Amino acid sequence: MTPLEFFLAGTMSAATVFLLAALGELVAEKSGMLNLGVEGMMAISAAVGFVVTYQTGSHLIGFIVAGAAGIGISMIFAIVSITFLANQVATGLAVGILGLGLSALIGKNYESFTVTAPASIQIPVLSDIPLVGPVLFQQNIVVYLTIVMAILISFCLNKTRLGLAIRACGENPKAAESLSYSVFKIRYGAVAFGGLMAGFAGAYASTIYTPLWADGMIAGRGWIAVALVVFGTWKTGRIFLGAYLFGMVSLGELVVQSFGLAVPSQLLTAMPFIVTIVVLAIISSDRARLRLHAPYSLGETYDGSEPQ
Amino acid sequence: MLLQFERRDTPSKTLVFATPFIAIAITIILSSIMLLIQGKSLLTTFFSFFIEPFESTYAISEVFLKFGPLLFIAQALAIGFRAKVWNIGAEGQMIMGAILASSVPVYFTDSDSVFLLPAMILLGAFGGLVWAAIPAFLRTRYNANEILVTLMLTSVALQILYYLLLGPWKDPMGFNFPQTVMFQDAALFPPIIFGFRLNYSLIIPIIFTIFVWIYMEKHFGGFKLTVGGLAPHAATYAGYSSNGAVWKSLLIAGMAAGIAGMSEVAGPIGQLQRSVTSGYGYSAIIVAYLGALHPIGIVFAAFFLSVIHIGGDYALVTADLPISSVHIFQGLLLVSYLASFTLVNYQFKPRKARIVEIESSLT
Amino acid sequence: MQNERQPLLTLSKLTKIYGSLIANDSIDLDVYTGSIHAVLGENGAGKSTLMKLAYGVVKPDAGEIFWKGQKINYWKTTVARGLGIGMVFQHFSLFETLSVVENIALTIKGSQKDLIDHIRKIGADYQLEIDPTAMVNSLSVGQRQRVEIIRCLMQDLKLLILDEPTSVLPPQHVRALFDALRKLQNNGVAILYISHKLEEIRELCDTATILRDGKVTGKVNPNETSTQELATLMIGRSIPKVERKVSDHKSKNAILNVTNLNIKNPDPFGTDLKNLNLSVFGGEIVGIAGVSGNGQQELGRIISGEDLNGDLNLSTIEMFGQPVTRKGVIERRDLGFCFVPEERLGRGVVPSMSLSKNSLLTAFKKGMLKNGFIQDDVVDKYTDTCITEFSVKSSGNGATANSLSGGNLQKFLVGRELLLEPKLLFLSQPTWGVDVGSANEIRQKLISLRDNGIGILVISEELEELFEITDRMYVLRSGRISTSMQTNEVSPDEIGEYMIGEEREDASNALAV
Repeated sequence: MTPLEFFLAGTMSAATVFLLAALGELVAEKSGMLNLGVEGMMAISAAVGFVVTYQTGSHLIGFIVAGAAGIGISMIFAIVSITFLANQVATGLAVGILGLGLSALIGKNYESFTVTAPASIQIPVLSDIPLVGPVLFQQNIVVYLTIVMAILISFCLNKTRLGLAIRACGENPKAAESLSYSVFKIRYGAVAFGGLMAGFAGAYASTIYTPLWADGMIAGRGWIAVALVVFGTWKTGRIFLGAYLFGMVSLGELVVQSFGLAVPSQLLTAMPFIVTIVVLAIISSDRARLRLHAPYSLGETYDGSEPQ
Repeated sequence: MLLQFERRDTPSKTLVFATPFIAIAITIILSSIMLLIQGKSLLTTFFSFFIEPFESTYAISEVFLKFGPLLFIAQALAIGFRAKVWNIGAEGQMIMGAILASSVPVYFTDSDSVFLLPAMILLGAFGGLVWAAIPAFLRTRYNANEILVTLMLTSVALQILYYLLLGPWKDPMGFNFPQTVMFQDAALFPPIIFGFRLNYSLIIPIIFTIFVWIYMEKHFGGFKLTVGGLAPHAATYAGYSSNGAVWKSLLIAGMAAGIAGMSEVAGPIGQLQRSVTSGYGYSAIIVAYLGALHPIGIVFAAFFLSVIHIGGDYALVTADLPISSVHIFQGLLLVSYLASFTLVNYQFKPRKARIVEIESSLT
Repeated sequence: MQNERQPLLTLSKLTKIYGSLIANDSIDLDVYTGSIHAVLGENGAGKSTLMKLAYGVVKPDAGEIFWKGQKINYWKTTVARGLGIGMVFQHFSLFETLSVVENIALTIKGSQKDLIDHIRKIGADYQLEIDPTAMVNSLSVGQRQRVEIIRCLMQDLKLLILDEPTSVLPPQHVRALFDALRKLQNNGVAILYISHKLEEIRELCDTATILRDGKVTGKVNPNETSTQELATLMIGRSIPKVERKVSDHKSKNAILNVTNLNIKNPDPFGTDLKNLNLSVFGGEIVGIAGVSGNGQQELGRIISGEDLNGDLNLSTIEMFGQPVTRKGVIERRDLGFCFVPEERLGRGVVPSMSLSKNSLLTAFKKGMLKNGFIQDDVVDKYTDTCITEFSVKSSGNGATANSLSGGNLQKFLVGRELLLEPKLLFLSQPTWGVDVGSANEIRQKLISLRDNGIGILVISEELEELFEITDRMYVLRSGRISTSMQTNEVSPDEIGEYMIGEEREDASNALAV
């Protein structure tokens, strides 16, 4: 592989982590649930996914259990913020803190252990095309499935009745309830889906992208995924592009090294965060656009009470 | 639905006081279950957590050493949380305070001027202030979400710290460890009791607490912030500036966190190093909530969490508990607190009891 | 004769309790096929709660529901809809960011194409035309109501429930709605019609159930019952009349002047204000008529100073001869301006704070602060005065704002602002959700203020209210304002013409051709 091929192929892989988590958060937010615990959900699933993959040798089982762990911890968020009506921001933070702690506990005996990443799929003929082949057609299966997932989610949200119901809940839960949709069930479902996707993102990060366990390995990527949903103004296509952009930025170190530039590595590590801040400010300053696309009741507790 | 909540006509004052205790009880039950799963002895663990921190003067002094920064930052954060300004980057503001304050002893290694410490306090406050001003500016000018910005800035601050410690500020005699020189005595707070790490920086958070209490409870400025948090439209209607609330909340928190960071490097640590914050910036969020965002409640909550932190250190040794236990305990505490707090504004009634009551009210 | 037939829907001893309030107390109601049945009651009488029970939106705490004589145990919206019940809500259950057909697809099964055809067909049958692909946020309030009605008609409709449907319509459109409802009645649909407007009910309905304080106080045939009798059943006495003379101390100069106000709304769901001019003199009450959603909110926020639009000309808004366009809320209040907004909870008052703290909210310059510190005794005294002078029913100055009824809260709010001794008072929807008694007290108070030389601007959806208290009127429609009209020289129908607007423009175009 040439350095350029290597960089572009790496971008796709790095982007997959962001994309998985951001797609899950998108669905949760579309239903009105702002879950800021993504970082914690990813961390705990990364640990669980790693340990299970290490023990069983199966990435599939690792992913399944990690997804279940993601759903499990997202249910803590759902119970406290949907059933117990607590503030979503604070609950998300609390679940995030809890998730980070649990991830350290689960992974404590596995520090610096490694697993083998699954072999990438070699699509015959296509993978032999120069540049395009190694970049697009020699990825592992999760990269492709994630892209399929993005298309499915976009279709579901925009073209199906379930998608309409999710969006209705996020815009005006009271009206959705009056049309006999259960805001309770839809929001629980959306949060669980967010947990599942964060779980996959965590497992991907710890068993495929960097198949090695280190405490704190999620390193803010969950937060960037949350920011990506804003960048994409709650649209699947734009979130997809944003994820690939951030995949690229997070590989900045590779580029700089290959060009032999003397830039402090700390600056490169900080780069994704700086870019996030800048893009966030640019996107958010267009209030009209946010108002058009952001779920109107995002982050608001719905207690179903009927004012007289 | 199994659980049904009904909004109370007026929030329950009793439960505001009871909620932290309910949360602590739930957390202890949940932690016990986790400990049993791990095969740890409950007795030994809780002994280290809740008794050992009081067993010696030294242990108690260490509790108060943690109490200072937790109290300081939590008080400041609570002001913002009451106004619904979500600064969760106190950690980063603390790092920047520590960095700026450290510049004095790093560049004036030989000075023993009495102005050294005051200069460090000012610079520490300034560092935190600047780091909090960025999200305040981006939120008020560009509508950027302060949760994400403060959080991202913490990661950036951490990288700045690493850069300095590995590069220009590295102690040349430090065996290549990522840390600065040890600061001279003039750059350190004097200890309250000789031989212990507890020092006079504790006075600052205590004075600050009194100010915050007066400001939030008796002053119109605090009232305006509270209105902004409870009903933002009412604040606009009355002509209270929402941008003002964002600036005020963030700057106060930045300043407090900055000085807290400074008092770590000019106190127990005595130099700038990687683990300068000990996670106070995040713990303070939990303290602020557990104290019901009330200045007095926060004093007790800060003390409780200080005990947990010191207890956790002991449990590390005596009960062979992993470091993450304290984080898990804190996370559980906040989760249980938020869930329990629902009972302040809502009452829970099983369906049958409701109907009986209704029937009796009809006759 | 009707009583011998099987009722379509029977509500039996329905009870619903919210906290300490019994919203519906053991209510019985029978609805028959082909009947337009009114549920009459004033604000807070429990009409909306009863309809939500009937439609299954909320569950009763006690009581039973029968459909064609058969008891239904699990009464839910899905069940109700399955049986052929449709409901048009007062605050519509439409979603702004979805298109008309997407909104309908939320409850009606079928492919988008079929749904679009169906919507067009119903539109043609009942003169309820609407563009199925339009986004709801681009529709007027009247059009949104059409969407809700069409949605009900797309199912096999047996019973249609309408909650205060005319509150959002100009008089001419009310007639069109009544025509559509009569057509439905002739097609064998039963209609439950909720309203507090006596004339309407006498014109349209054949049966009326009257509610007061959550209890049924009467069942009558409204055609054979006088307005007086209906009013007595509804509020326990006849409707009080506001006493007023024509204003005779109008000031020389306008105390509020809005000149060429143009606002491009940054909110894509809001209304732009276009070339708007208005003035208020001391000693007169000026009304702004029109259906909400035509720029009322935007205009309110511009006049109050809550929205300081930087693009406006310095002299666009003048109070007492001074330009105030760049001045904030507090500076405008300092000049003698006071404002009562349409949303009380959450804007006019902080719901979870005590009445005292809510006095402090805007009256803090009445000696309540010393060096910035709150003087609780002054605050409490001000609050107590407000409570007694404006007969606010509450448990005292420590009661939280959300524990008050709509009427009492509005009296508190108006009282708090009036004790500030304004020279220019601005009220938006002053009697929304307020009981008849309190509304009357508030209106009477406004008249006496006017007689003392104070200038008052009132935005209201209720034409009756504006005709009762104002001296002059404007009409606001689609962000444009009409010329000023003397109240005693215009009729409700003429005002209605302005409220429709577009048809007027079409007509004038036709004339021009």
